[in-house]
Amino acid sequence: MKGIIKQISQINFGLMSPEDIRKISVTKIETPDTYDEDGYPIENGLMDPHLGVIDPSLRCRACGAKGGDCQGHFGSIDLARPVIHVGFGDTIHKVLRSVCTECGRVLLNDTEIAHYRAKLKDLVANNENLKDIIKEIYNVAHKDKCPHCGVEKEEVKIDKPISIIRGDYKLTPSEVREYLEQISNDDAFVLGINPEVARPEWMVLTVLPVPPVTVRPSITLETGERSEDDLTHKLVDILRINQRLIENMEAGAPQLIVEDLWELLQYHVTTYFDNEASGVPPARHRSGRPLKTLAQRLKGKEGRFRSNLSGKRVNFSARTVISPDPNISINEVGVPEMIAKEVTVPVQVNEWNIDEIKEYIENGPDIHPGANYVIRLDDRKIRVYDETKEAILERLEPGFIVERHLKDGDIVLFNRQPSLHRMSMMAHEVRVLPYKTFRLNLCVCPPYNADFDGDEMNMHVFQTEESRAEAKSLMRVQEHILSPRFGGPIIGAIHDHISGAYLLTRTGSTFTEEQTLQLIRKARMPIPKRKNRDWTGREIFSLLLPDKLNMVYTAEICRKCSVCLERDCQYDAYVVIEDGELLTGAMDEKAFGSFSGKILDKIMKEYGSNTAREFLDQSTSLAISGIMKVGITTSTNDEEIPIEAKERIEAHLDEAEQKVDKLVEAYENNELESLPGRSLEETLEMKIMQVLGEARDKSGEIAESYFDMTNHSVIMATTGARASMLNLTQITACVGQQSVRGGRIDRGYIERTLPHFRRNELGAKARGFVHSSYKEGLDPIEFFFHAMGGREGLVDTAIRTAQSGYMQRRLVNALQDLNVKENGLVTDNSGMVIQTMFGEDGVDPAKSDYGKAADLDKIIDEMRIKK
Amino acid sequence: MEKTIEKVIKIAKKKKAEFPESYILDIADASIRRELSDKELETLIIKVRKAYERSKVEAGEAVGTVAAQSVGEPGTQMTMRTFHYAGVAELNVTLGLPRLIEIVDARKKISTPTMAIYFEEEYGNDESFVKKLANKIGKSTMNDIILDLNINYIDMKVEATFDVAKIEDKQLDFDEIIEKVEKAFKKVIINDNVLSFEPPKESIRELRLLADKVRDLQISGAKNIGKVIIRKEDEWIIHTEGSNLKEVLKQEGVDKIRTSTNDIHEIETVLGIEAARNSIINEALRTLNEQGLTVDVRHIMLVADMMTNEGVVKSIGRHGISGEKSSVLARAAFEETGKHLLNASIRGEVDKLTGIIENIIIGQPIPLGTGSVGVMMKPRKRKGGR
Repeated sequence: MKGIIKQISQINFGLMSPEDIRKISVTKIETPDTYDEDGYPIENGLMDPHLGVIDPSLRCRACGAKGGDCQGHFGSIDLARPVIHVGFGDTIHKVLRSVCTECGRVLLNDTEIAHYRAKLKDLVANNENLKDIIKEIYNVAHKDKCPHCGVEKEEVKIDKPISIIRGDYKLTPSEVREYLEQISNDDAFVLGINPEVARPEWMVLTVLPVPPVTVRPSITLETGERSEDDLTHKLVDILRINQRLIENMEAGAPQLIVEDLWELLQYHVTTYFDNEASGVPPARHRSGRPLKTLAQRLKGKEGRFRSNLSGKRVNFSARTVISPDPNISINEVGVPEMIAKEVTVPVQVNEWNIDEIKEYIENGPDIHPGANYVIRLDDRKIRVYDETKEAILERLEPGFIVERHLKDGDIVLFNRQPSLHRMSMMAHEVRVLPYKTFRLNLCVCPPYNADFDGDEMNMHVFQTEESRAEAKSLMRVQEHILSPRFGGPIIGAIHDHISGAYLLTRTGSTFTEEQTLQLIRKARMPIPKRKNRDWTGREIFSLLLPDKLNMVYTAEICRKCSVCLERDCQYDAYVVIEDGELLTGAMDEKAFGSFSGKILDKIMKEYGSNTAREFLDQSTSLAISGIMKVGITTSTNDEEIPIEAKERIEAHLDEAEQKVDKLVEAYENNELESLPGRSLEETLEMKIMQVLGEARDKSGEIAESYFDMTNHSVIMATTGARASMLNLTQITACVGQQSVRGGRIDRGYIERTLPHFRRNELGAKARGFVHSSYKEGLDPIEFFFHAMGGREGLVDTAIRTAQSGYMQRRLVNALQDLNVKENGLVTDNSGMVIQTMFGEDGVDPAKSDYGKAADLDKIIDEMRIKK
Repeated sequence: MEKTIEKVIKIAKKKKAEFPESYILDIADASIRRELSDKELETLIIKVRKAYERSKVEAGEAVGTVAAQSVGEPGTQMTMRTFHYAGVAELNVTLGLPRLIEIVDARKKISTPTMAIYFEEEYGNDESFVKKLANKIGKSTMNDIILDLNINYIDMKVEATFDVAKIEDKQLDFDEIIEKVEKAFKKVIINDNVLSFEPPKESIRELRLLADKVRDLQISGAKNIGKVIIRKEDEWIIHTEGSNLKEVLKQEGVDKIRTSTNDIHEIETVLGIEAARNSIINEALRTLNEQGLTVDVRHIMLVADMMTNEGVVKSIGRHGISGEKSSVLARAAFEETGKHLLNASIRGEVDKLTGIIENIIIGQPIPLGTGSVGVMMKPRKRKGGR
C-alpha cells in the first residue's frame, strides 16, 4: 500500500479538433516506409522513434523513457484533401438534411428551436437518454424551405456509408466540410452535437492521428522476417495515396485524376477506421485475409471491450482435471503438489512468523512448503534459488514479503465454467495432495455441475488479506449450501451416498457392535458409548442428528398408497425423527440429497452452516462406509424378469398395436370422429400416441411388479440415487415411441419412413414405435428410429446452450447494477428506484425457507411440542 | 377474520415487529386455522419477527445479478420443444426456453397468443350461454356454415348452400350472415339457402379466386381470435387461439378478474403497466414451473419491475434496458460498441462510472457488496497537542 490510490471519477467523450490532433502529435508522418535497409526506423516514417519504442534497450525520442515504460506518443498525417470519417456518415447526412445550405441555419423556426433547446437541456441535466428526442428533431427539421432565409431546400441523400448526394450532385468532402462549418454552435446543439466538445466540421478529417507503435507492434518471425501489424499496413496505404495526391496536385494534374486519387484516399481512411462498413469492399491482406482495423479491434466477443476490459487475464491461477475424493470435506479442495509449488501466497514477514518463513526459504522453490520469491523493503523482487537461499536468509527481516508455496488451510477460489450462477465460484480450503488432479468432495458436484469424465477446473489464489477474509466469510462452500434460486439445499448427497444411506437405515439392517464401531471410525465420527448388543442402522445414523431435531416427512421411496399407514409404513417411507433419534423410515434423496434434502435443509437453517457442513461430511462418509459393509452391485441380471412376465408384456403390446391398426382402419374408412379444432390426421396421431404411450407405461408397470427392494438397480432408482423406473422398464420391457419434433416419425422417403414399409403406412412400427427392450436388443429398423430420436436430442442440447447463454448474458447485463440500499430500496446505479422493498417483503431468498421467511405451521408445531 | 387481523396488528405493534401486509394476513389465517390462544399468538409473532429479521436482505447485496442468474441458469435445463399442450390438448402453446426468451424480449407479436376466458358465477355452469359466447368470439368462416361449394364452370358461377343445422348449432343470426355476405360480394343472388356468386370478370382464374374468397369470408368472431375451445373444468372455460382482451372483456358475463391472455403487450395497453408487470411474473413463473423448475418469485419480480419501472414494457437487451443505460462504457461493452462510442463523442457524453461494468473496465472496485462500503477513520488526537 504505497502512495495515494487515485480514483477515476468520470470519463468525458468528445471529438478531436484538427488542432487537438496536431497538439498531441509528436511528429508528422510523411514517408510511407517503416524501416530502412539496415533495419533502423525511418525518420518521419510510420515507425519513427518519436512514437515510442517497444524494445527495452532503446529509448523513446519523445519522452526519453525506456521501452516498456513509455506508453508511446501519437503522430499525425496532414491529409492533402479532407475525408469523411466513416462512423459519422449517417450523422453528417442527417445534419445536412436539417440545415439550410444558404444561411447555414437549422431548418427549425425560432419557437421550435427554443422548445427543443429547453427540452434537450432538461434531459442533459437529468442525465437522460437523448435518442428519442434527437430522432424527433431530425424528423421535424426535414423541411422543404428554410424558415430563416426562405430558400428552397434540395433533398440531401446518402449513399451508404459516406457519399452525400444533394439533388443529383455528389458533394465532395471539402464541400461537406464547408457546409458543416456554417452551422452555428447554438444550432449544432439543437442537432444533438455538443459544441463544447465537438464541432460538426470535425466529423470531416483534415488531419489523421497516427497511433503509437505500442498499439501496432511489428512481429519478427523466426526467419528474421518482419511482419507489420494490420494498422501499419493500412497507414502505409493512406500515406502512399496521400503522397501521390500531393504530387499530382502540385504538378497541376487534371481534375479527374485528382478526384480519383481523392476517392482512393477516402477509401483507405474509411477502411482504416472500419473494415466492415457496408457498401465498402473490405481491404485485404496479401494473403486474402481481411484486415483487422480500428473498429474490428474494439467490437464483438473477441474485441477489446469484451475480451480485455470486461474480462482480464490473471496470475496465480491453475487449471487441471478434476477427480473425486470422498475423504475430504466439502469445504476443501485437493491441490496437486506440483501446482502448490507454482502458485504462491504473499506473506508479510513479522516478528512472530519469521522463524516459520525462514523454514520456507530454507526449503527453496523445489521442496513443498517452500518459497519462490522474496520482496525486499526496497520493492526489489528476488527469486529464491538453492544458491541464493543463504544470502536471503541472512538479510530477512520484518517488513519483507515472501511468496510462499500454497499449503494446507489456505483459502483459494475454485471455479468451473460455464459460470452460470454464483455457486460456480466458491472458496475452498487447500489440501495439498499427491498426483496431478484437483480433488473435490462429491457433494459439490451439483453446484459446479461437474462430473469426472475429463472435466477441468480453475483455481485462483488470493493475494491480499482483505480478499481472503471476504472469501472466508462470504464465498466458502458451506455458506452456499442453500441456493438463492429457491432457498433449498443445492449441495448435498448424490448417487452412492443415497443408496448407501438407504441400505444402512432400512428396516432389518443391523450391525454387530464391532461392525458399528468400524463404520463410525471410518466416518470419523466421535466414538459413542458401547451398547453391548447389535446396533440398527437407524441408531448409527441417529448419532449424526442434532439432539433437539424433530421432523416428520415422507421419503422419496414413498409409493403414494391411497391410505397412508404412517409410522407402520412397510416401505420405510414414513420418516419420523424425534429428539435427534431416527425412529422410522429410511434415509434417501429427500433426507440429505442435493436439491431436495429436508434434514440437511433444516439443519442448515436452524443450526447454521458449520453444523450443516459437519453433518454433510459425516453422513456421506457414513453412507459410503455403510455401502462398503453391505455391498451394492448391479448387472443386467437386475433387469431380468420371469418368462410369464415377458409373455404378459408381449400380449399387452400386441394388443396396443392392434388397437393402433384399428384406429388407422377407422381413419381410412372415414369413421374416425375428429376432436374439436383438430383435423382428422391430427386426431389420429394424437390417439395413436396416446394408445402407444399407455402401452409403454402399462408394460412398464407389469415389469415393475416383478421388481422389489432386494434388487439393487431398483434401490438406486427408487431412492433417487441414480436412474429412474422409466430407465429400468425401458431396459426390461419396452423402449416405446421414438419422436422427432414432438410427434411420431414421419420423415425420410416419399410418404414413408423407410423402404421397408408401404406408402402412407400409419402402423405403430412404421412410425417409430420400438417394441423391443434395450436388453432384448433393437432390430435394425427400431435402431434407426431410435438414432433419429437420439440425434434430435443432441441437436436440441447444442442449440439450447447457445440460446440460454445469450439470454442469461442479456439478463445479467440488464440487472447487474441493481443494489440494495441501507433503507431497503432497490435502486440502479443512477439512483432510480426499482423496488421500494426487495421482493415486496425484503426477504433474501437464500436465507428464506423455500421462499418464505418463516413456515408458520412449523413454528406452531414446535411451540406445541415444547410444552 | 378481521378481528384477528386487528389483534395481530396490535400485538405486532407492541412487539415492534414491522411486517409486510401479507405476513399479517398469513399469521391471522394461521391463528384461526390452528386455534391459537392469545399467548401462543404472541410467541408466534415474536418468533416470526425473529425469523423475518434474520432473513432480510443485506444492504449492498447484488440482488440484480442473483436474480438474473436464478432466471438464466435453469434455462440450460429447459426443453427446446416449442409446442406442447398446457392442459388443453387441442391448443398449441409455446413453452419452455423459447417462451421464456419471448417474455424477456417483450416481443410485440408473440408466437402463440391464447386466452383463458372465465365466467361470472351465474354463467359459469350455463353451457348454452358459454357456447353462445364462444361462437360469438370464435372465428367462423363461410366454410364452416355451408354444405358444399360448387364451382360452375358452364354458367361461370360459384354456388353454395347454407347448412342450416350448423348455423343453428353455432347459434348465429341468419339475417346477419346474409347482410355480411351481401356487403362483401356485390354480385350475389340469395335464394333461401342457396347462394350463387358471379365473378367480376368472366375468367376461370377469377372464378377460382372467388371461390376461395367465399370460403374464407369471416361470418363472426372477434378480431385476432381464431379457434375457440370450450372445456368443462370446475366450471366452463373458453380457451382461444389468438387473443383480443379488449373485446372479450366487453362481453357480458365474462369474469373480468380471472379472464386473461398471455400477450403481455395487450395487457399493457388494455389494463395498464401494473397489470403487465403481474402478467410478466405470472407468465415467467408458469413457464418455469411447467418445466419442474423452482425459482423464487422475488427474482422474477425484480426482472419484471426492471422491465416495467418506466411505465412501458421494455425488453431486456440492446433495444431495451441495456441500450438505455446512462453509461457509455456499459453500453459499448454490451453490444454495438462502435455506434455507442461514436454517438457519445458528438454528444459530449460524460460517463460517471457508477455501474459495475464501467468500474471493471477501468480496474476499480465495484460499487456493490463489500465494494459499496468504505472505512471512515477519525484520526485520534494525541494527548498534549500535536
